[in-house]
Parts: sequence; C-alpha cells; structure tokens
Amino acid sequence: MARLITMIENDGDEARRALADLYPYTGQAHIVGVTGAPGTGKSTLVNELAKVYRGGGGQPIHPAKTVGIIAVDPTSPFSGGAILGDRIRMRELSGDPGIFIRSMATRGSLGGLARATADAIKVLDAAGYEVVFVETVGAGQAEVDIAKTAHTTIVIQAPGLGDDIQAIKAGIVEIADIFAVNKADREGAESAVMALQMLLDLDHASRPTFHHGVMMGAESSYDESDSDLAPSQEQGWRPPILKTVALHSQGIEAVVEAIEAHLAYLKESQTLYQRERERIESELNDILQQELMRKLLSRVKERELDELIERIGQRELDPYSAARELIERERFA
Amino acid sequence: MTEKKIRVLVAKPGLDGHDRGAKIIARALRDAGMEVIYTGLRQTPEMIVEAAIQEDADVIGMSILSGAHMTLFPRVMKLLAENGLDDVLVIGGGIIPDDDVPALRDIGVAGIFGPGTSIEEATHFIKENVRRK
Repeated sequence: MARLITMIENDGDEARRALADLYPYTGQAHIVGVTGAPGTGKSTLVNELAKVYRGGGGQPIHPAKTVGIIAVDPTSPFSGGAILGDRIRMRELSGDPGIFIRSMATRGSLGGLARATADAIKVLDAAGYEVVFVETVGAGQAEVDIAKTAHTTIVIQAPGLGDDIQAIKAGIVEIADIFAVNKADREGAESAVMALQMLLDLDHASRPTFHHGVMMGAESSYDESDSDLAPSQEQGWRPPILKTVALHSQGIEAVVEAIEAHLAYLKESQTLYQRERERIESELNDILQQELMRKLLSRVKERELDELIERIGQRELDPYSAARELIERERFA
Repeated sequence: MTEKKIRVLVAKPGLDGHDRGAKIIARALRDAGMEVIYTGLRQTPEMIVEAAIQEDADVIGMSILSGAHMTLFPRVMKLLAENGLDDVLVIGGGIIPDDDVPALRDIGVAGIFGPGTSIEEATHFIKENVRRK
C-alpha cells in the first residue's frame, strides 16, 4: 500500500491503472479533514483522536475503528524538499496494525491540496480504513480543498496566536464543521471561543434561508409562528466549538462524538449524497483540466512555446491570442 | 510525470537525547530537495522500520550518540530484511568509532557519517547510492 501511494505521488500510467482498479472499493471511509495554522496542535489532536477511535478514552467508539492518517506538510518552493515532521506527535500510535500513517509533501500544488493526496485517500479508503484523517496546514487554497475532499472538516485554533475576530478568516466559518480551540488551558481560550461564536452568529444570520420553499434574504422578517421548524433546524448543522488540551488528552471524546454526530447528520439530511456529487464534479473538473493541459503541451514543441513567449514579450502578441493560436494550431480535440 | 523525490527517514533510536545533529542533517537534506520524514527522539528499531514501511522510505538515516550502535543497527537491519525492505539505503551518523565501521558495513549499513564529515558528502552519497524507483 505504501508503494502504491508512492507510485501515485509520482504519477504515471501504472498509477492511473491502479487507481482505476481500486476506485470501485472507495466510498466507505469517513474522511475527516483537520486544518489550522502552524502551532495549533493539529498532529497532537489527530494523535489523540486516533487513540479514541482505536478504543481508548471513555470508549465512545465501540468496536474500535481502523484509522488512516495522511499528514501534509509544505514543500519548500526553493529547494523542492520538505521536512515532514508530523509523525513525531504520533509515536503513541506505533505498533498498532489498525493504524496507517503517511506523511506527504505538497510538492508545489499551488497552496491547495495535492491531487496525489486526494488519490492517497482513495488508497486508504479502498484498503478498508474506516476513518481517514487528513491533516494540512490551513493556508490559502488548502482549506477550501480539504473541505471539498473531506466529509467532516475540523478547524483548529489556539489562543494567543492572534485569534481575535479580525484574525479569523471569514471563509473558515463556511468550511468548518467542527471548531476545536486547542491549548484551551492557556489564557485567551474563552475569548477565542466567543470570537468564533460571534462569527457563527453573524454567518447564520446572513445566510439565506429557505422558508416554505421560497428562498429569502437575511433581512426578511421571520415569523416563528409560521414555521414548524425552528431556525436552527432549517439551517442544519451548526458547528460546535469545543475546547481541548490535546497534549493532556482533554476534551477529545467530545470531538469524536461531534465527528460521529456530523456523519450521522450528513446521512440523515441527504447532504452526504449532495456533497459527494459536488466533490466528484470538482475532482472531475480538476482532472480534466490537468489532462487537457498535458495533452496539449505534449504536442507543443518547446521551441514553439519559446517563440510565442518571445512574441508576447515583444508585445507583438497578447497572451490570450497566443493561447488561442496554440490551441487552434494543435487541434487536439 | 511528476518529479520523483528521495524520501529519507531520519530517526534517533534509543535513549540518546541530543538531536541537534539530526535536525541539521534533516534541514540540509530538505535543502538538497529531499523529503525528510523526521521522526525524532526515542525511536525503537520497530518504530523505525514501521515508519519506513508506511512512508516507503528510500533511505533511513539513524543518528546515534549513545554508543548503542552495535545493538541498534543490527536490530534495524534484521527487521528490514524480515519485511523485505532490502533496497533501502541505511546510513548512520553521530558518534560511531572507526573500528566499528567495518562490522556495520558487513551487516549492510551503507555509509557512516560521523562528526567531521561534511553534509555535502552525505547528500552526495545518498544521491549516488539511492535505489532507482
């Protein structure tokens, strides 16, 4: 399995064939994304969550589930190398055959989740791991990508890292299914929780709601007596804000329960089905773009490309016309 | 095809708590374009080999300053053989007396880079001797 992941990272026809073969076996695992700024304690938290899933803690998970973990760290844009140090926090998990940990570097995938990571998840899924944690640094596109790929996304914050309301990125509220304020024994934990609560309140107030089948803006007055459902039920899942001290194994069971509750919510509300379709569409899009580019560029000689670049530089041609010229010239369809 | 990266597992087995050397080599290998899986202190041979398997490591670099190299290296080499990982390049660093080097070579440790050897030497050695994927 490890060699398969390597093969997938390096891409190539054999990898594609392997993915085609294993794809029918995917779709079983619960994919949980864990994202947050460096220093928030992602790896430590994932370590603790894995322990509980394996039957530890107050045993909210029974029977134990098998756990896959993919820990992603950034590739240096200068050297192309990377230090993948997340395993350091997961030493307690070693020796357990029900856990598989793989470290991956972003390999220059423009800040987002690498295609290889999404494919590595498929390998673990097809291999039968019941929960697959994907841990990434939440920077730029990575948060959005991980939210698209995962069923449940946990956003970790830690007090004292500038987590007041201005510092919390607005997009996080849309992405997070669960908030974990880690290192909650530190000063500022309560303010971090309150800042998140405020953001959630703002977000839910401004979100358009469906009222008797008609979409209404946030300003429309909502008469509670009109509806059978309370606003919170209509709006669906409100991300819980949970306090943890991962280093001391505190607050972990609550996070696990929230993860399980979220999966149950996704299934009951049919959101799982919808999200899955959206994820597939997004993935197909990405792959199509990648493949088309590859096909086109494979037919273009470097000399041709250089010539076009030169002409654009001389202002003889603009990049859009150049692109069109290239496409028409190659007629790759 | 995407460029293939050399994946190096850097570990400090045993009870020795001085990791500055290991961290320096980890950074140097990263700067040389490799992906370094840094597993840190107090690794047992079992943990090292387990990680090497899961990470599909091309190279294992062990830093030992405790003097326990004649126990730790053989244990790791044995576990690697048991798991069919014959083509992983194993190198060592730290305090390893010259007298012990031949014995280590015999069991399959490809190179020893003690204090005084340059980082460039180690990096070059890896690039020259790592298995082709």
